[in-house]
Amino acid sequence: MSALKNIDMGLYRKRRFFNFLVLFCTMLATAFGLLWLVWLLVTLFTNGFQYINMAVFTQPTPPPGESGGLANAIVGSLVITVVGVLIGGPVGILAGTFLSEYATHSRIAPAIRFINDVLLSAPSIILGVFVYQIVVVPTGHFSGWAGALALAFIALPIIVRTTEDMMKLVPNAVREAAAALGAPKWKVTVAIVYRAAKAGILTGVLLAIARISGETAPLLFTALNNQFWSNSLNEPIANLPVVIFQFAMSPYEDWQHLAWAGALLITVSVLVINIISRTIFGNR
Amino acid sequence: MVKERADLVKEMENTMENGLMNQHEVKRESRGLRELSIKLKVKNLDFYYGSFHALHSISLDIPENQVTAIIGPSGCGKSTLIRVFNRIYELYPRQYATGEIILDGRNILSPKEDLNLLRAQVGMVFQKPTPFPMSVYDNIAFGVKLYERLSKAQMDERVEWALRKAALWDEVKDKLRQSGTALSGGQQQRLCIARAIAVKPEVLLLDEPCSALDPISTAKVEQLIEELVDDYTIIIVTHNMQQAARVSDFTAFMYLGKLIEFDNTSKIFTNPRKKETEDYITGRFG
Repeated sequence: MSALKNIDMGLYRKRRFFNFLVLFCTMLATAFGLLWLVWLLVTLFTNGFQYINMAVFTQPTPPPGESGGLANAIVGSLVITVVGVLIGGPVGILAGTFLSEYATHSRIAPAIRFINDVLLSAPSIILGVFVYQIVVVPTGHFSGWAGALALAFIALPIIVRTTEDMMKLVPNAVREAAAALGAPKWKVTVAIVYRAAKAGILTGVLLAIARISGETAPLLFTALNNQFWSNSLNEPIANLPVVIFQFAMSPYEDWQHLAWAGALLITVSVLVINIISRTIFGNR
Repeated sequence: MVKERADLVKEMENTMENGLMNQHEVKRESRGLRELSIKLKVKNLDFYYGSFHALHSISLDIPENQVTAIIGPSGCGKSTLIRVFNRIYELYPRQYATGEIILDGRNILSPKEDLNLLRAQVGMVFQKPTPFPMSVYDNIAFGVKLYERLSKAQMDERVEWALRKAALWDEVKDKLRQSGTALSGGQQQRLCIARAIAVKPEVLLLDEPCSALDPISTAKVEQLIEELVDDYTIIIVTHNMQQAARVSDFTAFMYLGKLIEFDNTSKIFTNPRKKETEDYITGRFG
């Protein structure tokens, strides 16, 4: 069969069989993983899409039995997410910069990295209880600030980690080249390394936004919820995850419909943020 | 053994005599070291990577407005040596140098030396092209802006001057606003040279500047070196002995962290004093 006499066709067939087997198993595993995601999206669309209408975006959450929307929860979610990122983003980027550029050979860096990893995998409800203890208890009331702070604590370790990783990807040769022109270290970091790692750092921030925009547990202890429009971050503030939690568990059908609509909105926006960050990182 | 050494000494004396005679002959095309002013004076330089002793008591006079080539097999300390001249090694802890390097009458290894100003005076181009993630124009302007306040027109002029010096102007004059990383490898390297000369350093260190380049780009860079030498003191590390022979006035041969021989390039390549040098340039090792 083969022109080459030294080839053992039996051995070759065996290898081909195993190749096929392993390939089949990996495809099966991929399909298994994707199945749930697709199922989730299909369920959300079939149950939620019919309830998305203008009222959802323009009217605040209604009492049971009346018509209304999710406008206050959407705006509240946006506000605490943005404030959370405004707190966690700069701190995270600076900490990541310190780890990547300044603490490379110090003994404190591995300790910071370890603590950051612990924070990264800490259950978000713990962070909620922590902020409850340090903000809600002393001030005596739930507030948007507390919610934003809890979200900042969740975003922080993600941003620290991605910033450090992305800055470390910038080759040392580029740092040397900038230093060789007489650029001081801060200038090298700001003008060259940040610029080179920009897409990666931005991706990290976007992924952190995607992560915190769906967090529920920490908000239960901090921002709580608000049936009405909130005028200030000092009051409890409505937000999509907690509204979904409350409405989905309720016995009222119209509330359940709004919960479906809200769940679809959050999932789609997280998906969109992820796609955007992939595109940014892909095109760098 | 004793006899061998005696022979060796005799041989060395002979070659030194020959060398002196040769130098007289050579003088017409390239001047001897003694007639030139010295830009960098290296005295008893030792260098360590942590506990590894990489350079052993190097002493060397680098003449002004000449091209000095440093040759030697991989790992002999060529790159290490020129990385001391602008103290770029300071970016990494645990690397340190002892001894003296006198530049314009001051010891640049002194802890009082301002590293940023030193590096503005002693420019460097690296083995691999390292364009910054910004436009061609900004790549050049970056270093200039660090130490000079120029008007837009003056900056335009400086960028053009540097690019013309680096023989790159004609190729990039219509794409100054494009990213420097989009240029070809050879163009990127000439961009890096333009960037280095734009800050008008006095000494230019070239660490194997052509090792990542094709022959045409290499020829352009070599031509560039010849043109630049009137204004700059150039030190080039190269793996390529033909290149050293082509572009340099003086050549230092290093081996195992030691400076074996330093002389006029023509002398090193035609009549070296040391056996190691001869072995290396004739391709017997390395």
